[in-house]
Amino acid sequence: MSTPHASDSAAPPDAAEPTAAPKAVLQAVQQALDELAHLPGALLPILHALQDRLGYVPEAGVPLVAEALNLSRAEVHGVISYYHHFRSSPPGRHVVQVCRAESCQSRGAEALWAHACSRLGCADSDHGATNADASVTLLPVYCLGLCASSPAIAVDERVHARVSLQRFDHLVAPLQTQEA
Amino acid sequence: MSNKIRVFVPRDSAALAVGADEVAQALQAAAGDAIELVRNGSRGLFWLEPLVEVQTPAGRVAYGPVNPEDVPGLLAAGLLQGGEHALRQGVTEQIPYLALQERLTFRRMGVTDPLSLADYEAHEGWAGLRRALAMDSAGIVHELTHSGLRGRGGAAFPAGIKWKTVAHARAAQKYIVCNADEGDSGTYSDRMTMEGDPYVLIEGMTIAALAVGATQGYIYVRSEYPHAVATLNEALARAKAAGFIGDSVLGSGHAFHLHVRMGAGAYVCGEETALLESLEGRRGIVRAKPPLPALKGLFGQPTVINNVITFASAPIILARGAQFYRDYGVGRSHGTLPFQLAGNIRHGGLVEKAFGLTLRELVYGFGGGTASGRPIKAIQVGGPLGAYVPEDKWDVPLDYEAYAAFGGVVGHGGIVVHDDTANLARLARYAMDFCALESCGKCTPCRIGSTRGVEVIDRITAGGPQQPQQVKLLRDLCDTMLHGSLCAMGGMTPYPVLSALNHYPQDFGLAVPDVPVTQATQAA
Repeated sequence: MSTPHASDSAAPPDAAEPTAAPKAVLQAVQQALDELAHLPGALLPILHALQDRLGYVPEAGVPLVAEALNLSRAEVHGVISYYHHFRSSPPGRHVVQVCRAESCQSRGAEALWAHACSRLGCADSDHGATNADASVTLLPVYCLGLCASSPAIAVDERVHARVSLQRFDHLVAPLQTQEA
Repeated sequence: MSNKIRVFVPRDSAALAVGADEVAQALQAAAGDAIELVRNGSRGLFWLEPLVEVQTPAGRVAYGPVNPEDVPGLLAAGLLQGGEHALRQGVTEQIPYLALQERLTFRRMGVTDPLSLADYEAHEGWAGLRRALAMDSAGIVHELTHSGLRGRGGAAFPAGIKWKTVAHARAAQKYIVCNADEGDSGTYSDRMTMEGDPYVLIEGMTIAALAVGATQGYIYVRSEYPHAVATLNEALARAKAAGFIGDSVLGSGHAFHLHVRMGAGAYVCGEETALLESLEGRRGIVRAKPPLPALKGLFGQPTVINNVITFASAPIILARGAQFYRDYGVGRSHGTLPFQLAGNIRHGGLVEKAFGLTLRELVYGFGGGTASGRPIKAIQVGGPLGAYVPEDKWDVPLDYEAYAAFGGVVGHGGIVVHDDTANLARLARYAMDFCALESCGKCTPCRIGSTRGVEVIDRITAGGPQQPQQVKLLRDLCDTMLHGSLCAMGGMTPYPVLSALNHYPQDFGLAVPDVPVTQATQAA
């Protein structure tokens, strides 16, 4: 493997300076680094902590994380962009995941996905999409491990199985009416 | 003990997903002080979830599927005494679906409170670890080898050989890593184990640590399983506080420190070397082998990396002896496999049986056919990288070698049923598309081949004079992926694709061959 670069050597020319980061981001990054940077293979735990606290992994946090772990910014960016779970921009107020894997397909997941896109007003994208009022981000997921009770979805942290179109509407109804 | 009546409502994700928490709340509110509510794991009879059980003198009596609205009626019908009701399923252990199983690895599943150390201990918990502590490394490895246990993650490599390699490696630090990145659609036995019997995984990994001389362990769980992560973290804290893991395992002087790490939604991290890369904090890119992880694994050190069910099988092998486990199964497939009935199936659930039963027995005998009531068209066995098994193979005994002989894959035991509305060309296209989405990109056949595969399938289904040529192209492409990919992601995506093409040509807009497809033209 290559030796780690100085953290600024791989920075893209137009990268945001760390000082441009909002205070909340800097605080979250510092807290995550204080708690987790000592772990072996600390990068994923740190990125999880950031996303859990902020809802996403801000670009502005990348230089700090890179510096602390003696990695290049490119390496940190590469990890964030490789994993589907991490996102670099804030999601909607709620996150709805619809399983599109084989087991759920056998129980109508494709129709459920199409219904979810139109019901929530989200674009039909393999990478997910947020609707116009930012109330919901709709994401595809490839298996929630509820395959004996397909089709399955998750609304924020809660999982739901045997989801008919009617049940879907019932489950997502509160999301678009309530604020935050 | 008080004389409260014990009532069980599962805390497994699949039960929560159909309202188990609401049922538990309704029961607690209505029955109040009369009951002791236990949140057990799931029995794995998922069409009956939420499955409420009541302890009676005759044994535990089951009711399901129970909705919160059913609770007042159930209580009025004498639920707490095991009274008659339309939802009453009888004594749980006598429900044929359960009674006909051979539950070894899953013998506590749904019976106990997953986090109760007392429950675990009362049901043969830690017996394997205690016996292992009285043995030397070679003795433990010998037990595991003699049991015939093979890797339950899908590759079916003999677990004893892997442990022996690590045991003989010389290094200051060795690791035990559990692959809990259960990404295959149609599989949930790892999730059930982590949520419903976490101590068996902890015990199995600790036995492995003693066998090879490792002091650090990691459980890599996919991010789609937050409940499993929470349960494991709590179980680890309790096991450590009670001295089962930590600085001195049961006071033996052997240290074993176990940690949970979360994946981040990359399917390919289920491949062991990609998982190790991810644990080290990098992109989950597959490593070339050799060197084997057993010699240069996590952080370059000798590492035992096994699936959840492989580790979870070790305690009973140590507790009851290798011969006990070995006597289950057929041929070179010893022991049991927790088959997972999924997809379009009436009675979906977990069926732990010795190797050697047939797909027909599973999907009709246990599963009761499709949920939709329509005829079964295709069954995908072994996850997204397994073949679609046509009806003429449904009577082949489920064992690793018998399946490999016709190009099938037993894999992790996932079984996804599709009825006659399924379009196999569409499913084949999905397999290539999924491979394109999830390929780590390291090797060309997988990275480029999957994208070309989607395009070629689209040209085949479009019809026209170019069709025969495109079919040949697809077969050539699959051949390249099969033999030229670095790991199973690209190397096995051709299994579902070619099995769909061979057995369901009409779905691709192709003429049905007059003679059955010969074995020579099938996948692998």
